[in-house]
Amino acid sequence: MSISRRNFLTWIGAAGMGSVIPKAAKAATNKHFKGYEKSQGVLFDSVLCVGCRSCEAACNKVNELPIPDRPFTDKAVLDETRRPTSKAYTVVNKYPNQISKKETLYRKIQCNHCLEPACASVCFVKALKKTKEGPVVYDPSVCVGCRYCMIACPFEIPSYEYDKVFTPRVMKCTMCYPRIIDGKLPGCVEACPTEALTYGKRTDLLFIARERLRKFPHRYVQHIYGENEMGGTNWLHLSGVPFKQIGMREDLGITPAPQFTSGALSGVPIVAGLWPVLLLGIYAMSQRKEKIFKEEKEEALEFALKTANKKAEDKLSAALTEAEKTKEAAVQSAVKKALEEAAGSEPKEDS
Amino acid sequence: MADESGAKRSPLLTPFNMIAGIIVLIGLIITAIRFTGGLAAVTNLSDNNPWGIWIGFDLLVGVALAAGGYVTSAAVYLFGMKRYHSAVRPAILTGFLGYALVVIALNYDVGRFWRLPYPFIMQQGTTSLLFEVAACVALYLTVLFLEFSPAALEWLGLKRLRNLIVKLTILLTIFGVILSTLHQSSLGALFLIAPSKLHPLWYSPYLPVYFFVTSIVAGLSMVIFESTLSGRYFGDKMDDVHKEEANHVALGFGKAASLVLAGYFIVKMVGISTANTWHYLNSGYGLWFLVEMLGFVALPCFLYAIGVRDKNVKLIKWTSALTVFGIILNRLNISLIAFNWHLPSSERYFPSLMEIGISVFLVTLGILAFRFIVTHMPIFYEHPDYTDAH
Repeated sequence: MSISRRNFLTWIGAAGMGSVIPKAAKAATNKHFKGYEKSQGVLFDSVLCVGCRSCEAACNKVNELPIPDRPFTDKAVLDETRRPTSKAYTVVNKYPNQISKKETLYRKIQCNHCLEPACASVCFVKALKKTKEGPVVYDPSVCVGCRYCMIACPFEIPSYEYDKVFTPRVMKCTMCYPRIIDGKLPGCVEACPTEALTYGKRTDLLFIARERLRKFPHRYVQHIYGENEMGGTNWLHLSGVPFKQIGMREDLGITPAPQFTSGALSGVPIVAGLWPVLLLGIYAMSQRKEKIFKEEKEEALEFALKTANKKAEDKLSAALTEAEKTKEAAVQSAVKKALEEAAGSEPKEDS
Repeated sequence: MADESGAKRSPLLTPFNMIAGIIVLIGLIITAIRFTGGLAAVTNLSDNNPWGIWIGFDLLVGVALAAGGYVTSAAVYLFGMKRYHSAVRPAILTGFLGYALVVIALNYDVGRFWRLPYPFIMQQGTTSLLFEVAACVALYLTVLFLEFSPAALEWLGLKRLRNLIVKLTILLTIFGVILSTLHQSSLGALFLIAPSKLHPLWYSPYLPVYFFVTSIVAGLSMVIFESTLSGRYFGDKMDDVHKEEANHVALGFGKAASLVLAGYFIVKMVGISTANTWHYLNSGYGLWFLVEMLGFVALPCFLYAIGVRDKNVKLIKWTSALTVFGIILNRLNISLIAFNWHLPSSERYFPSLMEIGISVFLVTLGILAFRFIVTHMPIFYEHPDYTDAH
């Protein structure tokens, strides 16, 4: 949790750019992550669920959550559609059976513990973490409370303690991480009287689920919800009716959430690397343009000045020659005139 | 000039001051309730709707509308468009105040505000786009502070420090454009994680590109819009250069905005085509999408173009207001209106009066800070001692 001074300085040194690269690049490879080996999970069989709410009661007890206003034995609670809240990590909802009217359907909702969780990938302080045992766990000691995990979760699971002033936490099912580390069952699984919940290694659970689908093909929809949804989850679901009819989304796809953002993340270091080149290039071009413009202006000025000078000189010399000519002509004509006058007066004098 | 404005100080009890005073008072009361009663005491946030208008408006719209700083400084200092120089300082100031308010607003929104530095000092969640946004916003706020500081330093008479920072202009501008590219786009990329919650007409792998491109439009339009309002209310603070250049700025930025809006319209169509979500247009959300695309993208693009062709500065100014409104609508559509569209209406979010109160309070604080700064510091005019800026 604490970081060394050196790490901190390294990060500051990278100015936030370099540090983005290694983790971001990992998401954009052709490797297919199939979950941690030996990770645990739970198989929920909605065909076996009777809506007794024992799991809710057990969850409330082992997680020391506040005691609700209405007791867990109150079945009327099932009449409204609920979602997990900050006071209940798991809830059971009732759905009408659209195929056989007499039977009611139940579904237990809690965190599905994705193999590659959206919540953990978007947490900017790593408060949410996928453990190799399977559960996605939360560390309230670093959580800032931005609630991006709640935006990201496709199953709408995390909830927030909006009513707490100084210590609000994100609240969600932990698959009873502390208990399973101790070798105990998750609270809900232990309490289930109908074995609608089975805890075990995810690979074993997939095997069990397939066996049920094979043995009772008429009882089940031939699909294991969570095997591939959102890249796969550690919590798996079986149902006798299309999953949509028990309030589960069938349009989520099989892409692990981190892949939705890996492209944008990998663009970050590219922009950080290439933008300085681009911008300095544009700057250099505009500077150069300006310099050339200035030079050309000076040249043009010089040229204009030169031609103007030359013209003036030419004009002057032309004027001078003209003046010279006129002068000469004037002298000549004066001489001529004088000569003529002299010639004219002489005969007069003579006569 | 500062002395002049000080001498003819306007009376304190103007209608504007009284309304602003009431808003600030109400804002302070809601602030007290928020920090003593928690988020539940003031907001309509719920488990299904963890982000409200403090994110949708204060963060997303705030950051987009503060884009004028990087757009203008890039145009003037990097692209060499020196004719728009007088627009730089007001744009940087608007940007700086915008980002400062975004950071203040985040303190209201997050559960434990004193932990806002945790992503940097405790554990770095580098796979999160929010980490990227946080890092860039923090760094860019610093850059904007430095870019703005020469005006304050001229006011304070700290000549040597001011000259030192002015020397860094190009470096700061480049840094600002990089950081803005990154976090403007990343704000759109925040929603990439939730294709199952955002309506397909708005969800697109191109979201980061859309956010970046619209931030340019927002920046250009905000500069025109802000200069229109400033011209009306702070005209006496402007020197002749600023007044003369204001029309050039409107024409030039209007032309750029028209072009960028046209490009944006095209890439939006590319997004709809590649995802092949055309059939969604034939629905209520589709109609709403068309309102956004035709009324607030295509129309302003067209009006800007006409305004530039006819040199009709008045039309350009009105169009800038229309465009700014369109940006607000776009950000609210993505974060609130088209988000969680699959939920029944009873589980949808609508802001509480107190949430709106805080947003109005913060905008008012921004306007008051803007007024204080432009009446005291050389924003709309050149300080007589420092005329080297051109």
